[in-house]
Amino acid sequence: MNVTLKIWRQKNAQAKGKFKTYPLQDVSPEMSVLEMLDYLNMQLIEKGDAPVAFEHDCREGICGTCGLYINGRPHGPMRNTTTCELHMRAFKDGEIIYIEPWRARAFPVLKDLIVDRSSFERIMHTAGFISINTGSAPEANSTPVSKIIADKAFDAAVCIGCGACVAACKNSSAMLYAAAKIAQYAMIPQGKVEAKERVDKMVRQMDAEGFGFCSNTYGCEFDCPKGISVDFIALMNREFFSSKVCKQKHK
Amino acid sequence: MALAGIFLMLFLVSHLLTNLLMLAGDEGKAFDQAVELLGHPAVKIVEYILFAAFLVHILLGVLLQLINYNARPVKYKKAPRTEISTFSRYMFHTGVIILVFLVIHLINFFFVRLGWAPLPEYAEHSHDFRSMAVVLFQNPWYSGFYVVCMLFLGFHLKHAFQSAFQSLGLNHTKYTPAIKIIGTLYAIFISVGFAIIPVYFLFFYSS
Repeated sequence: MNVTLKIWRQKNAQAKGKFKTYPLQDVSPEMSVLEMLDYLNMQLIEKGDAPVAFEHDCREGICGTCGLYINGRPHGPMRNTTTCELHMRAFKDGEIIYIEPWRARAFPVLKDLIVDRSSFERIMHTAGFISINTGSAPEANSTPVSKIIADKAFDAAVCIGCGACVAACKNSSAMLYAAAKIAQYAMIPQGKVEAKERVDKMVRQMDAEGFGFCSNTYGCEFDCPKGISVDFIALMNREFFSSKVCKQKHK
Repeated sequence: MALAGIFLMLFLVSHLLTNLLMLAGDEGKAFDQAVELLGHPAVKIVEYILFAAFLVHILLGVLLQLINYNARPVKYKKAPRTEISTFSRYMFHTGVIILVFLVIHLINFFFVRLGWAPLPEYAEHSHDFRSMAVVLFQNPWYSGFYVVCMLFLGFHLKHAFQSAFQSLGLNHTKYTPAIKIIGTLYAIFISVGFAIIPVYFLFFYSS
C-alpha cells in the first residue's frame, strides 16, 4: 500500500517545528506504525536526510515509550492499542496520515516526535511508592487482600505511563495518569498506610507541572491504550478530599 | 466548581417550581405569594449564598478555562478525533451563553426589585414579576431568546449533573449509571420546564 505521511519535524527543543510531507510507497499492511517509520527512516538515511526521531522500546505494548498522535488520536484510530501495536492495515491505501508529538505544556517537544515526559516521573518521585524496608519476603497470608480488590488495583496498575491521557484530554490534564498511580496503592492494605500523604503530594506535583484541570470529558478513558477507567479519577478525588479534611498537623 | 454548581442546580429547581406557579390558572395569586417569600430574612441569607455560588462558579469556570487553554500552547494540526460528549466539550461556551442570559435576566427582573432599573409602566410594583414576565414573553424575540438560552442551559446541565458527582469522588458501580440517567432527566426537566412558560404566554395566553 501507498500512504502520504505528514510528520512534525523539529530540530530541537528551541527550534520552530513544521510539518513535512513524505510520500511512502510499498508499505506492507503487516508493518506496525513504528516499522513503517523505520522503513521511512532507512530511505531518509540513504538520501542523506535526518531520520524522523521517535521513541520506542519494547514494541509489544507494555513499556509506554512509544506514543504518537496519529490522525487526531493518541496511538491512532484503534482503541486499547499502543502505537507499536498499531498496524498499517488500520489505514486505507492512499491515506494521508498526520503524525504529531503529544501536545502539552508539561510535555515539551525535544526533537521531532519525541517529548519530554519527565513531568510524569516527578509526580511519581513525590510519593508514588510504598515506604517499606526491603528484606526477606513477608509471609504472603499475613496481609489478606480480597481477589476483587487485588484485581481492581491491578486494573489501575496496568498504566504504562505513555501520556496518551494527557494527549487526548482537551485540557491536557494528567488526572487519569495520577489517578491510576494513586489508586493502585490506595486500594490495597500495604498502600493504605501512606494513602493520605501520597494523594496530597502527587496531586500537588501534578498541578505544579502545568497540566490542565479535569473537566470530566472522559476523553482519556476513550484513548487510554490500557483501558483505564475514569472511576479511578473519582477515587483519587475522594482520597484527595478526605486527605484535606482529615490531615493532621505535624510538628 | 462542583459544590457551587450543585447549589446552583438546587436553586434552579426552586426557581422553576416558583415560575411554574404562573401557569397555575389563578391569575398569578400563588405565584405572587411565592414572590412575597423573597422578602423573608431566611430567604435573604440564602440569596447572598446564591450570589457567592454564582460568583465562585463563574470565576472558577473562567480560571479553569484559562489554565486549561494554556496547558497546550501548541495545538494539534489534525482536529482531535477522541470521542467525547459534545456537551462536555462546550461547557465553557454554554456557560458564557448562560452568563449573558443571566445578566439580561437580572436587569429585567432582579434590578427592578432592587430599584436599580426603572419600573416598567405595565408593572404595578417592583415585585410584580408576573406582569413583567407576561409582557416580555409576549414579545416573540424575547421569548425566542429565552427558549434558546434554556436549551443551552439544558446542554450545560446534562454534563454538569454527573460531572459534579465525579468531581466530588461520589462514584459507585451501582449508583453512577442511575446518576447519569437522573442527570439527563434533570436537564430536560429544567430546560423544558423554563421554556414552556414563554411558549405559554406567547401562544396560549390572552389577558
